[in-house]
Amino acid sequence: MTFLSISHNFNQDGVIMKKISVVFILMLSVSLGNVSALHAEEGFASWLFSVERKKGVEPVADAMYNEECSACHFPYQPGWLPEGSWRKLISASALEDHFGENAELDEQTQQHIITFLAVNSADKSHYKRSKKIMASLKQDQAPTRITQVPYIIKKHDEIPEKLITKNEKVKSLSYCEKCHTKAEKGVFDDDSVFIPGHGSWSD
Amino acid sequence: MKKYVGLIVVIGLGCVSYAQANMDDLYKYYNPQGELTFDAERGKTLWYKKHLDKKGKERVCTTCHGEDLSKPGKHAKTGKVIDPLAASVNKERFTELKKVKKWFKRNCKWVLGRECTAQEKGDILKYLSQF
Repeated sequence: MTFLSISHNFNQDGVIMKKISVVFILMLSVSLGNVSALHAEEGFASWLFSVERKKGVEPVADAMYNEECSACHFPYQPGWLPEGSWRKLISASALEDHFGENAELDEQTQQHIITFLAVNSADKSHYKRSKKIMASLKQDQAPTRITQVPYIIKKHDEIPEKLITKNEKVKSLSYCEKCHTKAEKGVFDDDSVFIPGHGSWSD
Repeated sequence: MKKYVGLIVVIGLGCVSYAQANMDDLYKYYNPQGELTFDAERGKTLWYKKHLDKKGKERVCTTCHGEDLSKPGKHAKTGKVIDPLAASVNKERFTELKKVKKWFKRNCKWVLGRECTAQEKGDILKYLSQF
């Protein structure tokens, strides 16, 4: 309503438009001021580095998670899926049939792993990829495969089949580390991509 | 820094709680009353016995562990490298009861479609201990 009345006035009188611009600029500068105040609190150095660090997905910092999960596959960072997804995947009954494999854990280990995943899941992460993943999911949507996340599908939709599923050295989109050479560090930019049997990739 | 403290504590606890086991400890664990006799030949037969999964695809221990136990194996699905099973080249093998239990449980279910009995586990350990 407010917006409509403003644009109506704006059509009638150019002076009001100028006033609105001034108010808009003022609002913008106030909000920018808030952002820089926040950064000042953190300290310049940490702000500078945090931007760099928060580009990809938060690297795994849990020894037990790494050991247990990487025994069979790439230890997917918790920031790839929301908490609801991890809860579906890492329940005791779900682990008995973990994508066709038995991945049962003793209760203590299972509890440790689900807690680690829940605390660091995509919905709580400030990393760019996690944010994008959450933005692409509907509210309460909790896919059980990272490859079902709309953002992930979109990011890979231009890559021809022969380079992934029909590439013997890759086989599936699920094997992040086959092409993302810095996957374990949480880095997934184009520069670090090397498709086996093909080479670098840029879209 | 906090992250590292956590990591150090986890590693520290790990060292304390996982007492090193040897083969005899493992035999004893699967045969506490001493009524079973474990046999390497029986273990070998079971090791090479072929089973079919629900889709009719063959599953054997060697599907993932390979024919030569002194060489690394490969996960049937993900292709992840599995360290050699032979203790002669991989000193960590059969030294941790918790790991032995975990992998017997998972892998017997994968290959045989059920858990292995204590007799079967002991026989397989006897067979594998030769490498």
